[in-house]
Amino acid sequence: MIENRPWLAVLSHLVLLVGVAVIVLPIWITFVASTHPGEVLMQAPIPMWPGDKFLENYALVLGAGVEDAGGVPVGVMLLNSLIMALSITFGKIAISIIAAYAIVYFEFPFRMFCFWIIFITLMLPVEVRILPTFAVVANLEMLNTYAGLSVPLIASATATFLFRQFFLTVPEELCEAARIDGAGPFKFFIDILLPLSRTNMAALFVILFIYGWNQYLWPLLVTTDESYYTIVMGIQRMVNVSEQLPVWNLVMATTILAMLPPVIVVVGMQKLFVKGLVEVEK
Amino acid sequence: MAEVRLNDVQKVYPNGFKAIHGIDIDITDGEFIVLVGPSGCGKSTLLRMIAGLETVSDGEIHIGERMVNQLEPADRDIAMVFQNYALYPHMSCYDNMAYGLRNKGMPKDEIEKRVREAAEILELAQLLDRRPRQLSGGQRQRIAMGRAIVREPSVFLFDEPLSNLDAKLRVQMRVEIRKLQRNLGTTSVYVTHDQVEAMTMADRLVVMNEGVAEQIGTPIEVYERPATMFVAGFIGSPAMNFMDAKVEGEEVVVGGKLHFPMPNGTGALEAGREVSLGIRPEHLDLGGNGDVGLPIKVELVEHLGADTLVYGYLPWDTQNLVTLRMQGSQEFPAGHEITLTVSHDHLHLFDKQSGKRI
Repeated sequence: MIENRPWLAVLSHLVLLVGVAVIVLPIWITFVASTHPGEVLMQAPIPMWPGDKFLENYALVLGAGVEDAGGVPVGVMLLNSLIMALSITFGKIAISIIAAYAIVYFEFPFRMFCFWIIFITLMLPVEVRILPTFAVVANLEMLNTYAGLSVPLIASATATFLFRQFFLTVPEELCEAARIDGAGPFKFFIDILLPLSRTNMAALFVILFIYGWNQYLWPLLVTTDESYYTIVMGIQRMVNVSEQLPVWNLVMATTILAMLPPVIVVVGMQKLFVKGLVEVEK
Repeated sequence: MAEVRLNDVQKVYPNGFKAIHGIDIDITDGEFIVLVGPSGCGKSTLLRMIAGLETVSDGEIHIGERMVNQLEPADRDIAMVFQNYALYPHMSCYDNMAYGLRNKGMPKDEIEKRVREAAEILELAQLLDRRPRQLSGGQRQRIAMGRAIVREPSVFLFDEPLSNLDAKLRVQMRVEIRKLQRNLGTTSVYVTHDQVEAMTMADRLVVMNEGVAEQIGTPIEVYERPATMFVAGFIGSPAMNFMDAKVEGEEVVVGGKLHFPMPNGTGALEAGREVSLGIRPEHLDLGGNGDVGLPIKVELVEHLGADTLVYGYLPWDTQNLVTLRMQGSQEFPAGHEITLTVSHDHLHLFDKQSGKRI
């Protein structure tokens, strides 16, 4: 659309700037706070420009951790979060694409029933089924393990549903052509369906990675061993110290670090992500 | 190269719908068979049963020496070209053509050789590295053909392969497919709803209606001696004119006024029998010296350039339009009365109840 109305341009830019400010300002303050010594942040005007403790603060949280919060280095927590988020993401994508493949391409008894059972679990997020799930994980002795952190979160109705909808749009003739070309069910899945789902998988990867990364309640329950703490829990523990003021500069440094991986994933996969959401041509 | 034999082939869907009512066709080696019929007549279903994409409810399908009812499509030694081409969008054209051969475990250099050869024949050599989406409809069509050729199958199956192309390209591809098939000498079964394609390409036509093969024969046979009213109305454009008539002695009488002689080769019929008289629009003559004159009141005239179509009514029957196809272009005002004649060689008689040719 070509418009030539200068006031409209000014107005729309103004709206955009306000929008950006609303989102960026807190992040800016977080970053600024992470570069100052702790005492500065306790006094009235909070600084608006970065201080001189950048390297010191970040080196401290990455290496040694915050003492009052158990002294777990943020580096370890980042790694734990990464392992958990990636396990959940890959697990979810793998399980749900296979489930969707079975539901769409194979005739078996109670096929629709299976689909609806999966679909209905959409209504049961982790928080609702948290007690029974915890009991199961505890009985399987998976507390304080990476498996305990990720496996219960892997089953995904949403991703299964998305892949199902995508598979339904793949022309039937493609499957038939593959059959004539001598590709069995396994070959068809690997050679045709997986490459076609690439953009969908990328879009899901972004969404699911962030979902896994931001898990709070579940890791809080299944981990008691500090070496399995995730970053999101870690931040909460740093703020929640007893009888002391939180060390805000270190908390803020940790927060910035916690934000980085999702940002990297989003930025890195942006192109594929958008393609996966809008692509129609098959 | 192989013969294809269908013995009383039937298809019944689980919901009880009978799509194919027992069809027998013997296709000789190298023959080009066209299955033609309106939508829903079962022609695609029949083709897909030959391909192995639909199960056979009853009867037998033989390709060459083998009964293939239970074989997977890949084991039937066939190749199929789909209406929407069904090319793998994420593979290059080369890979699209090579995929089936790779699955067979064919050595690489043999695959390379076959694909290059096919590309040569179809003039696609420069397109082999491209993805299907970068190609035009006609080019995609060629790739789909190429994928069929490289398999060097016993039978080609075509499922309305030209219906997604524009009219000009369709004519061109029609000729090419026919030429190619003749050069390769591969038995082919071709499904279309387009009667021009059917007439021009077929060695033999199978005209289908509601799961039944109404007539199997060469295009000229089907045109000149349609076996049923359905075939008569379906093949030929514009469609054949039908008039209700009664047998009276040696004559067929329409509307109590027009006395037609018995068509050639028709034996004596009982008097008073109800029949349908068919006359093709192109066999009606304006003026002329045919055997019988039909008085027609002109309703509408369509100019096709080379031909003119005139639609009108017999004075006692304003329900059924009579169509005349004449060469050249001529103007008639609506309501104008003309007399059309027809030679008795060009009359077709059908039984009114069964629709069968008499």
